[in-house]
This record gives sequence, structure tokens and C-alpha cells, in this order.
Amino acid sequence: MHKGLSLRDVTILKGGLPLIRVDHEVAPGEVLTVMGPSGVGKSTLLAFITGTLPAGFTATGAVWLEGHDITHAAAHQRRVGILFQDDLLFPHLSVGANLAFGLPPGGTRADRQARIDAALAEVGLEGFAARDPATLSGGQKARVALMRMLLSDPCALLLDEPFSRLDAALRAQVREMVFDRARSRALPVLMVTHDAEDAQAAGGDIITLGDDCATQTTGARLSHQ
Amino acid sequence: MSRRRLLPLLPALTLLALLGPVAAGLWGTVLPAFGHLPAAGLTGPSLDPFRDLFGWAGLPRAVMLSVGTGVLATVISLSIVMLVTAGWSGTRAFRALERLLSPLLAVPHAAAAFGLAFLIAPSGWLARLASPGLTGWDQPPDLLIVQDSWGLAMTAGLIVKEVPFLLLITLAALGQADAQRSVRVAQALGYGRVTGWLKTVFPRVYAQIRPPVYVVLAYAMSVVDVAVILGPNTPPSLSVQIVKWMSHPDLSFRLEAAAGALLQLGLVIGALAVWRLGEMTVAALGRRWISSGARGKADPAVAGVALLAGSVSALAVFLGLVVMAIWSFAGFWGFPDALPDEMTLRNWARFGPGTLKALGETALIAVTVALVALVLTIGCLEAEYRHNIRVSQRAVWLLYLPLLIPQTAFLPGLQTLMLNLGADVGRVPVMLAHLVFVLPYVFLSLADPFRAWDARMGVIAAALRASPDRILWRVRLPMLLRPILTALAVGLAVSVGQYLATLLIGGGRVATLTTEAVALASGADRRAIGVYGLMQTGAALVPFALALLIPALVWRNRKGLRHA
Amino acid sequence: MKHLAVLAALLAPLPALADIDPADWDAVTAQAEGQTVYWNAWGGSTTTNDFIAWVGSRVAEDYGVTLEHVKLTDTADAVTRVLSEKQAGQDDGGAIDMIWINGANFAAMKEADLLFGPYAEQLPNWALVDFENKSVQTDFTVPVDGFESPWAMAQVVFVHDTARMPDRLGSMEALLDWAQANPGRFSYPQPPDFLGSTFLKQVLIDILPDPSVLADPATDENYDAVTEPLWAYLDALTPHLWREGRAYPATGTAMFPLIADGEIDLSISFSPGAASTAIANNELPDTVRTFVLDKGTIGNASFVAIPYNSSAKAGAMVVANFLMSPEAQARAQDPAILGYGTVLAMDKLADDDRALFDALDLGIATLTPAELGTVQAEPHPSWMTRISDDWVARYGVAQ
Repeated sequence: MHKGLSLRDVTILKGGLPLIRVDHEVAPGEVLTVMGPSGVGKSTLLAFITGTLPAGFTATGAVWLEGHDITHAAAHQRRVGILFQDDLLFPHLSVGANLAFGLPPGGTRADRQARIDAALAEVGLEGFAARDPATLSGGQKARVALMRMLLSDPCALLLDEPFSRLDAALRAQVREMVFDRARSRALPVLMVTHDAEDAQAAGGDIITLGDDCATQTTGARLSHQ
Repeated sequence: MSRRRLLPLLPALTLLALLGPVAAGLWGTVLPAFGHLPAAGLTGPSLDPFRDLFGWAGLPRAVMLSVGTGVLATVISLSIVMLVTAGWSGTRAFRALERLLSPLLAVPHAAAAFGLAFLIAPSGWLARLASPGLTGWDQPPDLLIVQDSWGLAMTAGLIVKEVPFLLLITLAALGQADAQRSVRVAQALGYGRVTGWLKTVFPRVYAQIRPPVYVVLAYAMSVVDVAVILGPNTPPSLSVQIVKWMSHPDLSFRLEAAAGALLQLGLVIGALAVWRLGEMTVAALGRRWISSGARGKADPAVAGVALLAGSVSALAVFLGLVVMAIWSFAGFWGFPDALPDEMTLRNWARFGPGTLKALGETALIAVTVALVALVLTIGCLEAEYRHNIRVSQRAVWLLYLPLLIPQTAFLPGLQTLMLNLGADVGRVPVMLAHLVFVLPYVFLSLADPFRAWDARMGVIAAALRASPDRILWRVRLPMLLRPILTALAVGLAVSVGQYLATLLIGGGRVATLTTEAVALASGADRRAIGVYGLMQTGAALVPFALALLIPALVWRNRKGLRHA
Repeated sequence: MKHLAVLAALLAPLPALADIDPADWDAVTAQAEGQTVYWNAWGGSTTTNDFIAWVGSRVAEDYGVTLEHVKLTDTADAVTRVLSEKQAGQDDGGAIDMIWINGANFAAMKEADLLFGPYAEQLPNWALVDFENKSVQTDFTVPVDGFESPWAMAQVVFVHDTARMPDRLGSMEALLDWAQANPGRFSYPQPPDFLGSTFLKQVLIDILPDPSVLADPATDENYDAVTEPLWAYLDALTPHLWREGRAYPATGTAMFPLIADGEIDLSISFSPGAASTAIANNELPDTVRTFVLDKGTIGNASFVAIPYNSSAKAGAMVVANFLMSPEAQARAQDPAILGYGTVLAMDKLADDDRALFDALDLGIATLTPAELGTVQAEPHPSWMTRISDDWVARYGVAQ
């Protein structure tokens, strides 16, 4: 039984033709980076893991998380968190309500409020609970989105080009924060990017997806397979 | 769990609500058309109904009226909309016209027709304003304007209502056609604005708006309420004559009505086929025109005329509403006085209570039908989303089908059939009949915004461990509040404006503002018509105002939804 | 004649009567309480609509009957409705409980056994009706036999605006001369509209040397010869009509706005008091007056009938009886309300009831009973049917 996220011989097919194939394990606290040109199917891989594969795509293989096969589980029961390049904060909810949406049910109101306040404080956004998310800066939104995801208590974290919309200065800062939080919570992280700097900063294995359906693994350490 | 089982049923239920009454009604029309009406002691098959129909001296003219007014109204309103869009989209004048026309979409056909009649009749407001000063008339000229034998007034009544409809449909299509850049490229190549638009954008836009254009053609050819108010009577158009035959005390006329209904259906199908041929011809000519390289010297003139026509069309409805309002408060108002001798509340005191009662009935039906249509629509769209179904163009045509079958072809048959089944007349059958017309518009109104919703919001919410139902109720529907309320308002307006469905299926017992207003047409009491027409317009317009107001209030502190 | 009517009544289908006996008035009123009566009546006249609403409030007060006015554009709609219900086997619980009816529609419904009755002569207020002098026991020559009860008398009057047309006309010949001298200033409602068809009959009666032939059904043998002068008259008149006869007003009330606007100077009405009522409602200028022809004009009665499958027959009878009450009749005759002629006999009324009528101011445009002159009988309905069909074929299509 492995801890962490395990992709076992996962093949994504488009219209019946294989698009990409990945067979890899991500240990808790480690980051696997998937790189490749746009349109190669990186995001589709993430969609397969979250259980939201778009129409027209099929997949074979299995996804295991924390020792459970989640390949056929409903999307909301997988406990796989994801962050996109856009913050995707719910525009109709306040910052606090966005965080509350992530928080699993249970606990007293005061208790929940305290957890939300603490989460905001953790990323330097004390007192932001009542704010309209649309009035936040890009960096602030990214931080709220991260904390919302973490409050939902996921067992793995997927990142879909998460920093590409941020300017250079902010980018390093937010990246640092995301990886720190993931590491401290011992979350396996799978990041899709086409930015070499992101891949470098992640410090884990790197898979480069090519046109020929081949999978190349490089990086500091090879995975133990 | 039960909801999960219910959801897949909703698309099937929707199709049944859409097509069931149409199919049943056509069946109920075919039988008597071939002489089979056992309840009246008549058994078929026989061709006598058609023999009687073709023996009616008024038929050639009635058919000509149906086809002529329908085709003319469609061609003119489509031309106005296309040329205005070509010449002016993106300009301030266009936005002004758009703002002027949008609310007119909700004005019921009957109210617009009454307003137009009050305006353009020889004793109408325009003649009053110009007389005797400009015209020298101290009594109205003996001119056949309203109810003219050629159906021109009726055509105008249809145009002023179809222009806003086609314009809004076109605006929706423009968004997907990348129009601005195409025109800019064409202009850079030396093309005039109109010519450039017609050569580069029109083909794409027309492909998108083709179904609604067909709906306009089918509707205009078979309209009843507008024809009753503005159309000729010597003879009337075929659809009006069908309704007259339906209500003839001599039962055998029902057979003739059924035969006429099938003829009406045939005419619409034929006209659509000819229209399709026309499209191909225009396409062929258009290709030759495009390769000719003509840059469009007359463009400014064409654009000017189109804008003028569009503005006149919008103004006609507005002024019509204004003159209806004046009549509703008028004391004695002789010709050629521009305004009544005195303004009085007497008319409202007389007719107000009656309108309130009709308003209650109208609202009850409209709210129920619009809500049912909304639930079915959201159910279909959500099922499509959850089960990853891609909707083909063919399925879209299914939605338009009930709007393409002339009302006079299936509603009379539906009435006969319902009676045979022992179904009681009254509100519920009327609601089901309304649903046939309301559902497509609610669906078409909501489908685009619903599908355009960023599905990553759903992925995020699911990753936050929200179930599909929770995502729907807590994220998707609140975010789509404005389009949902707009779709609801569209549904309400369509239901409020229904005339024939209410009249025939309600068995006369269901009195809505529209049936009451059209019933007043024969009496020509302009004060009463003014009161009912205004109430009818209000009933259709207020929901649109609320659809704008409520999201603005609810989301007043949510900048991200202000333009959603 | 009376014996025949009784005989016909006995031969009429009885099953509909099984549930309620009109003669047992106490039982009728008891059963009526709480019933809802759907009265299908032409809804094009707002004054009539107001009157019906008032009747509704009064029967609710006195008898606990709820009256719903189903507004028709054409009475034939209601006839069709009952017919189709019968075809569908819906022999009770029908959609219609009462119809404002007369003439061809009554003849059609009576012939097809679609009516409840006889009931009219059992109603308590029948005792006040002037059936001796007013034609309330025949309807367009068809025996009523108690299958409908009268509630208003109508007579053709011509309506003219004295500001533009000061003098009355004495005959249809005079009308034709006047129309030729004043083209575009006269119109009549488009047949088969009731009033429009009545205008055609009025022409025929006035120009025929001996109109008595019209009392019997039209036959294939005599129809062409009898109506030939009518078509000659109309051929001469039509080019001089409003809009040259290419369009006609839909109904009688639709002609009032035309007079008010000065589009026409002369029109006809079936209600001697309607012009005064319209003046009171600002719908006509106060220069409008009415006149009748030298030889008199056609008159008839308006009735209500109860469909055989009504679910509220008792309630409908209560309404029908109330319509014949002095209170309702006096109100209907008031030109400020309706201006309809009464069906009651003044000498059968109690003194204070008669006082209600004496107190009425008939209005400036209403003729007195004496001025209204001779009331001509309606021709047999077969004439009206054939004439209006022929009119439609000649003038109603393909102009």
C-alpha cells in the first residue's frame, strides 16, 4: 500500500486514438511536473484524475490515492484538490463564504468562522472575510483560492498552469507559498506547466509529454518504479 | 437519490411537452379534414372537406394574403435588421437603437397591433397631429389604411414586432461570428461598411439565425390576433378564416376548418421550401457578387435608409403605446383634435377592475408555465452537462419544430381531441398548450449562458468535495441568476401574449388580458382597448424590468457578476 | 299557436329535466345557492359587460349565485362549444351554463336538442312579461317554447350626427340617394355580423312592396326573385359606402368611433338607447340623434338560454329570472347604463316598480316609444342565413 498519488498505466485517448500515456507515482510532499506543448493533453490528464474528463475523450489505466482506487469514484468523493491559472473564486460569494464552501460540513458556526479567519491570517489576509472577491488583487485572489482548496482537506493537489497569469515578482512568491503549504501537509502534488522556471522551482520529477505519445522522465531523482 | 433518477427523465419529459400536443393536434386535424368526425355522425374518409374548401370563393385571396403578408413581413424585417447591423453595429447609434428595440420584444403582438392601428388609421394620431394644419383635413380622409385588402397594415404590424426579435437573435449570433475584426479587415481592403459586412459576416450570422428566421416566416403566415386587428376582412387571411369556421354553429364547417388547417400547414411547408431555394439563389448570387470585388459605393445611403426604417419601426410601437395610454384616459376626443377634450380616470374606473381579474388569470398561467419551462430547461441542460452529452444541430431543430408548425394547424385539432378524451377545458390544458410555445423560448434564452458557464467552476467545486446537486444549487444557479430570470421573463412574456392557445384550448372560460383585449377589437371601444392593451403590455414588460433589477439588487456588492 | 307550443314542449327531450323542475321555485333557489354560472355573452360592448357584472353582484347578494361572464366575440362560439361537448359525450358538467342568444343560433341549438327546458314560462317574473304585445314567444318566427327567456327588446334605429347630417331619412330609397350624394359617409357592420345582416333584412323589408313573404321559410323557388331588388340596391349603394365597401366595421359598436371621428355621418344600431349611452360615455358627440324609417324598423328580443349539459341549471334560471325583474329591467333601460328596451308590461307591474321606469330619463338621443313607431317582425331565419351567405359571396370576398 503506497501513500501518495499513483497513476498506473494511464492512457488518455481522443476519439479512440491514444494521446498520452503516464505511469508514475507521486510521494506525499513531492511534486511531479508534467510539461509539454499546449494541446498535447496535459490538462486532460488532470481532468481524468479529478473525474471530469470532457466529452470525446476516454482513458484506460487507474488512479490510486492513499491506497484507494479512485478511478471510478464520483468527482466530489475523490479528495483531489485542483488550482487553475485563474483563481475561479465564486463571484457570488464573499471571500469568507468561498472559504466556507471549501470547509467540510460540521462544527459550530464560531468554530468554522475561527478556521476561516485563521486560514486568511495564514496568508496575510486578516479581515478580508466580508470582501467581494472581485475587489481583490491577483495575488490576493490566488492566496484565497489556495486556502479554499486546502480547507477542503484534500489528499492530493493538482496544479493546472497555476502561476501563468501572475506577474514575475508575484509569481515566485505565490509559487513558494503553494509548494510550502503542500509540503507541510504532506500532499502529493501534480503540476502541469509549460514554464521551465516553475518546473525547476518544484524540485521534483519532470515528465515531458511529446507528440509521439512517449513519456520522458528527467529531473533530480527518478521515481522508484 | 430520487433526484438522480428524475434528472435523466427530464429531457424525455421536455420532448413530450414540446411535441406531444403538436403531434396530437395534427392527428386531431387530419381526421376531420378527411371527413371523419364520428362525434358529429360523420365518418370518412372523404374528400368533401377539401372540395368545400376549394369551393370557397375567398380562398385564392385568403391564401394570397397568408403567403404575401408572411413572406413580405419576413423579408422586410430581416432586411432591416441585417442592413442596420451591417451599417451600424458597434456605433453609438446602433446601441441606442438596440436599447430602444430590446424592451419592444416583450410588447405583446396584440398590443403593438392596436397601437399601430390607433396611430396610422385615417382618424389615427398621426393624422390628428398633422390636421388640419398640414393636411387641411377637418374630417378623416376616406382612405383604406387599416384592414386594407392587400394586408399591408397587417404586414407592418408584423414587421414592427419581428424587427426587435430578429435584432436580438442577430446580436446573440454576432458574438460568435468575430464580426468586428472581419469588417475591419474588409474595410482595410477598401470595402464599404455595409458591403464588407454583407460579404464577410452575413453568411456566418445567417447560418446561425436561420431557425428563428424560419420561425418568423411560419408565424407571420399563420398569425391570428394581429390579422384580426389589422388585417382585411373581405376576405380575411386563411388562418383567421379557419378560426371563423371553427366557431361556426354548423358543425360541418369544422371539417372545412380542418381541411383549411392542413392547407395552411402545406402553405407554410411550401413557403419554407421556397425560402430555402431562395437562400441558395442568394448564396449563388452572393458568391458572384463577392468575387466581383464591388466595394459598395451606395453603402452610406443604404445604411441611412436601414437605420431610418429601424427607427421608424421602433417609434411606431412606442408611439402606439403612448396613444393607447392617451385613449385610456380620454374623455371625448373628436377629430382632428391632437388631444382629448379632457383627461379622465373614468375609463380606468370602468375597466380597471375587469383588467385586474384578467391579470390574475394571466399571471397565474404565465408564472406556472414559465416556472415549469424553466425547471424542464435547467433539467435538460444539467443532464446534458452531467452526462457529457453534446447537442447536435438536429436536436436544436426539434426545439424549433413547434414554432414552425402553424398554430392554426394543430390547436383546433387539439381542442377536438381533448374533448374526445373527456379532458376538462380550463386552466390546466391551457397551461400545457402555452408550454408548447413557452418552452422553446425559455430554452433558447437560457441554453447559451448556461453552456457558456465556466465548467472549471464545477471542477473546482467538485474538488472542494461539493456534490453535483450542491454545485448546481450553490454555485451554478446563483451565478446564472440574471440569465435565469431573463429566461423566466421571456417565458412570462410569451405566455402573456398567447391568444389562440388560450382561446381555443380554454374553451372561452379562461379569460386572460390578451383574449379580453382581442375580444374588444370587434367592438372598437378605444378607451377599453387602451386600458387592456396597457395592462397587457405591463404584464409582459414588468418581469423584464424585474429580471434586470433583482440581480442588480441581490448582487449589488458583487462586482464579478455585474456583467454576467 | 299556443297549443302547438305546449305540444312541442311535451315532445321535447326530457332527460335534462330530470335533475331540476323549473316550476318548483323554492327547490331551484335552494339548489342555485353556491353554484357558479358561466354566462357566455358577446363581450364587445363595454356597457353590456358592466351591466352583466352588476347582475353578477346582485345575484350573488340575493341568491348566493356566482356569475362569470365569458366574453365572446361571436355567439356562435358558444354554440360550437356545446355541440362539440355533445359529440364528445359530455352530457353534464358542460363549460357553458347560459348563453345570450337569439335568431339563427337559437334555431340551431333548439333543432339539435342542445337546450335545457322548457323553463322560461315557469320563472316567477314571467308573469310580468308583456308576451301579449312583444314578440318574446317567437324568435325570428321560430317558436320559443320556453327554451329561452327574454331580457331585452331591440329595435333598429339609424344614428346620425346632426352636426354634419341634420335631417332624418324616411326610407331606404332616401338613404341610397343620400349616400350617392355623400359618398363614403355611411357604412354597416360586415355580415354575417348580426347587425349587418339585420341591415340587409331592413333594406329588403323596406323596399319590397309586400314583405309578408318573408314570414315563411325561403324556398329555392322564391328566394332569387324576392332578393333580386336587394342585390340591385346593394350594387348601387356599395361604391358609395365608407372605404367604397372594401372594408366594413366588424360590429355595431365599432361604428360609434367612426361617427365620433367624423369618418361617417350615418350608421345603424339595434338598441334605441345605445346612442344616448355612448354620449354619456364620451364615445359619441352630443350632437348625435336617432331616427326610424317611415314604415317602421325591425325589432326583436334578446334571450338567454341554458345548454342541456349545464352543471348549474338552477343557478342559470335564477339569473334568467333576475334579468326579467323590474330592478334589472329598469336598470337596463337606463341610457346611462345600457339603454335596452324592457320586456315587461307596465300595466302588470306594482306601482313602485312602475315608478322605477317612470323616473328614467331616456336621454337626448333616444326616441320615445311612440316615436319608435311600428315594430316590424323579423323574417324567418332561413332568409337571414341565405342572404348573409350570399352577401359574403358577393361582397365579402375578392373585392
